Amino acid sequence: MDLSAINPVVLTASLMVAATPILLAAIGELVVEKAGVLNLGVEGMMIIGAICGFAIAVETQSPLLGFIAAALGGAVLSMLFGFMTQVLLSNQVATGLALTLFGLGLSSLMGQSYVGIKAPSTPSLNLGPLSDLPVVGKILFSHDLMVYVSIAIIAGVWYMLRYTRTGLVLRAVGESHDAAHALGYKVIRIRLLAIGFGGACAGLGGAYLSLVRVPQWTEGMTAGAGWIALAIVVFASWKPWRVMIGAYLFGGITVLQLNLQAAGAKIPVELLSMSPYLITILVLVIISSDRRRAALSAPADLGKSFHASL
Amino acid sequence: MTELLKISGLTKAYPGVVANDDVSFTVAEGEVHALLGENGAGKSTLVKMIYGLVKPDSGTMDLHAAPYTPSEPRAARASGVAMVFQHFSLFEALSVAENIALGMENPPKMHELSQRIRDVSETYGLPLDPDRLIGELSAGERQRVEIIRCLLQDPKLLIMDEPTSVLTPQEVDVLFETLRKLSAEGTAILYISHKLEEIRALCDAATILRLGKVVATCIPREQSAREMAEMMVGQALHTPKASGAEPGDTVLQVSNLSLPSATPFGTTLTDISLDLKRGEILGIGGVAGNGQDEFLNALSGETKTAPDAVQFEGQPIGNLGPNERREIGVLCAPEERLGHAAAPDMSLTENAVLTAVQRKELAQNSFVNWGKSRDYAKEIIKAFDVRTPGPGNAARSLSGGNLQKFVIGREVLQNPDVLVVNQPTWGVDAAAAADIRQALMDLAAKGAGVIVISQDLDELMEVADRFCALAGGRLSSSRPTQGLTVDEIGLMLGGAHDAEQEAAPEAEPTHAE
Amino acid sequence: MIRLEKRPSPSRAWTIATPLVAVALTMVAGSILFMILGKDPFAAIKTIFYDPLFHPDFAAFSRPQLLVKAGPLILIAIGLSMGFKAGIWNIGAEGQYIIGALAGAAVGLALYPAESFLIYPAMVIAGALGGWAWAMIPAILRTKFRTNEILVSLLLVYVAENILASAAVGWLRNPEGGGFPGSRNLSKWASSANPELISGTGMHWGVVAAFIAVILAYVVMSRHLLGFQIQLAGQAPRAARFAGVNPSRLVVLCLGISGMLAGMAGLFEVTGPAGQISIDFNSGYGFTAIIVAFLGRLNPIGILLAGLLMALTYIGGELAQFMLGLPAAAIQAFQGMLLFFLLGVDVLSNYRIRIGTGKAA
Repeated sequence: MDLSAINPVVLTASLMVAATPILLAAIGELVVEKAGVLNLGVEGMMIIGAICGFAIAVETQSPLLGFIAAALGGAVLSMLFGFMTQVLLSNQVATGLALTLFGLGLSSLMGQSYVGIKAPSTPSLNLGPLSDLPVVGKILFSHDLMVYVSIAIIAGVWYMLRYTRTGLVLRAVGESHDAAHALGYKVIRIRLLAIGFGGACAGLGGAYLSLVRVPQWTEGMTAGAGWIALAIVVFASWKPWRVMIGAYLFGGITVLQLNLQAAGAKIPVELLSMSPYLITILVLVIISSDRRRAALSAPADLGKSFHASL
Repeated sequence: MTELLKISGLTKAYPGVVANDDVSFTVAEGEVHALLGENGAGKSTLVKMIYGLVKPDSGTMDLHAAPYTPSEPRAARASGVAMVFQHFSLFEALSVAENIALGMENPPKMHELSQRIRDVSETYGLPLDPDRLIGELSAGERQRVEIIRCLLQDPKLLIMDEPTSVLTPQEVDVLFETLRKLSAEGTAILYISHKLEEIRALCDAATILRLGKVVATCIPREQSAREMAEMMVGQALHTPKASGAEPGDTVLQVSNLSLPSATPFGTTLTDISLDLKRGEILGIGGVAGNGQDEFLNALSGETKTAPDAVQFEGQPIGNLGPNERREIGVLCAPEERLGHAAAPDMSLTENAVLTAVQRKELAQNSFVNWGKSRDYAKEIIKAFDVRTPGPGNAARSLSGGNLQKFVIGREVLQNPDVLVVNQPTWGVDAAAAADIRQALMDLAAKGAGVIVISQDLDELMEVADRFCALAGGRLSSSRPTQGLTVDEIGLMLGGAHDAEQEAAPEAEPTHAE
Repeated sequence: MIRLEKRPSPSRAWTIATPLVAVALTMVAGSILFMILGKDPFAAIKTIFYDPLFHPDFAAFSRPQLLVKAGPLILIAIGLSMGFKAGIWNIGAEGQYIIGALAGAAVGLALYPAESFLIYPAMVIAGALGGWAWAMIPAILRTKFRTNEILVSLLLVYVAENILASAAVGWLRNPEGGGFPGSRNLSKWASSANPELISGTGMHWGVVAAFIAVILAYVVMSRHLLGFQIQLAGQAPRAARFAGVNPSRLVVLCLGISGMLAGMAGLFEVTGPAGQISIDFNSGYGFTAIIVAFLGRLNPIGILLAGLLMALTYIGGELAQFMLGLPAAAIQAFQGMLLFFLLGVDVLSNYRIRIGTGKAA
């Protein structure tokens, strides 16, 4: 094994890339859950985003248009979930699962003719002298636009939830939809908007996989990323900046295990590639074992259907 | 006085029930106007229409002599109509200031808002810290939040839905002071209640509803409570008769029971002791949210305690589960009918199995005998006059009163040695409430020990032999109800309250964690 | 304006009718999907739903396949449905299915080439235990640490897939296989084979187990106190605790049963239709079974029918792939759609739809 092949600077830079898809999906789901909705269809929306983004980017040769299409694709699929759970009052857990199963099937159907094609490359931003800084330049200032967009979304969500009226209303709806309704807030409309935002973010995350991280289209390429995003929301105790920490930690583990595989570590390949999932489970256990904290930070009406009876 | 609100011919029907039928009345500026009626008389629907939550099928409303058709609460608030709900529309995990901001159209910046909250709370004698989380507040404090939220908008009409049901007598006095002050400043108050003495003390005029219709209007100060009660109920009331039997041996004993709260906003029970004798009814008064649920859970076995903390005929049972306690004869009926005492979507037959499976032998070798279970459900329906098409109907299809009769009947017909009921007549119409009280008294007369936990002090005075107060998770010592005055009760509730205040600083760090 | 109005009691008629409505709607939506793909929708629907059973050339081959595919789906879905009813969401049956297959196969292969009629039952037990043990991970994490069982059970699928990969290329690889991945062929070794019991029917031990599971589940859910407690816990958790139901015990029980049945399904598959442990012997039955459970309304008899229907779409899908060049993924999307429609029309059993009455909101 040659550990010297693992360069910490490259590792750190690439962990940001590895973390971005999950970061995007997780921050979207955080907003959805803050509004009191549990959408387990993140995996499905991500993979639809992956294929929509990939297909449009290939057809137009514009990664930017690809990302826009991915966000739209994810949002459209999420609206299906929104319609079912908010209007038809279907069970959120079951509908989320259905969304994932349907998304996986639909994406491979849509991706029939895109297997084995290369995506147009997404350029890194030229940040001039910043990018040329030693170490820091490579780690922080040599990425493509989406890495910065994802961080901007985190910051935006944090600001929105903490300082704006929109954020306050969103949290209120997630805490008690009955009380919010009694005050005259449009619970269903607010939740639909949150679900749509979550879908768009998941779509972006999926497209980042197919356009930047891999960059290729293969069936089922999200490989559980959506589920890990869900776990990261729990890990983050529904706090935006902790989502970033969680995603980057997870990205670090992923990149490290890939590097170890490449370096020929004497650890079985399978053990390495299952390690991100095992560590996610471990982290979930640690977070959820703190009963008081878990109960306080989760939105009180998470996953409950709202029906204005009178 | 000038006319503020005029209601003309409001009608609202729901499938199978006309909630309001051609309701008309007027409220003048600065008037305290009572809306009086039993549960189910249509008071809530009426005020929801005034507050823009429900649209009338027909009829008109005028505010300041101009047509008033609020499409949503926001519009109502913009017109100067504010409402304090019976079940508070508050968000436990948000702060007082955030909650108030949510109820305002254009809230100022948070620190400005906090200052205004402090100002208003001082002016009206309603102390409140804007930075505390709602979940940490008592029911009385929560009501203050609602009231201040309304006051910040300078309402012309303030609607209050059963505001005193969560208050101690002393707190009621404070509230009435505030309301009189508001009224003197020209704010009209629409005061919904079924408590006649309160209305006589506070209100200038009253509109009485029965089955959705206005049956009378009166000036409360000029009527006796009895007269108003008959207008409200439309028939002579049946008052339960006490047995007058001598209490027997101690059947249930609770000694130094302490339980930390299981949920972040729950109540911690501290050092509770009581003893219950055969043939008596022990009334536990106190405002909901002061440990009633937690205490009932500890008695039912849903929460287990140290074995000796709860004893049945001298045997420790604190560590037994609900079914083991049922087997020896300790039965409970929790407050929340739908979801706790009964499963909403299950049939009455299934709900009969829920607690009666052991004592009524509704199963052999763990296989349910559905025929026998149905018979038991029918027996309850018949004995307790539960109005339902049959035992196959879902629990949630029953009205509150009928379901409560079913729940109480299910336990009473199992001939318990101990029965603990929490808020047995909450949200139940007067006739059903009287039946339920009579059933509890009959049960005690047959030699069972009965504990009634209730926030309705009148009810406890009526049925209980002894009274004690639960406040802040502490239980006062008991006193015979015979000769107990409202002031004394207030002191018992308040005394426990003071203990809570003293304990508060110690409790603080646990929340900060 | 369309409004929903809660029914006083769930409608029994709609409870039975909704799956049929969902199937009909899926056929309509599926036709549109096939049309977009440039296929004749009527031909496609006929190929999927009719030809496998009645086409003179294919029915002889396809009909037995119905039971072969329905067996594991029903077996897994029965287990899942009990948990779903109780509000316990095991969505990692795929992982329990894999681990069950591995455990059972490992026991068998450890005894190779002995011949005994005791070997196969031992393998079945090992398979059940393997699935059970894998399901115990989310069960124990939930009861001890309140960790969400949905996420844990699902994430464990990926872990199980990696274990499967290491088994297929490593510790269970056929030593006489010329270095190719995959275990010995279990279906060709008499002691470990799960053969077709009645020729031409597709009936194998797994199908028998599925039928037994349906009957047992039916009895438990409708007559036994455990079934009552499961339903109570799902509908009203507080009432369940009031009725003396221990939630932790129920979690362990429900996850255990579903894991056990999934593990057995895996073992039956790997010793029969699949024949050997290979890197991709699992064909997503663990996930499709979720659809089957819901389509069957979490009712054992319903699941039996739903399993057969879902098996039909698998076989019909393969046929359509072969006959019409319909992409394999189309059938997956089709199955997903079915679940969607089912959940959507479910609203009819609990709510009445009212078309606007005047000014009503």
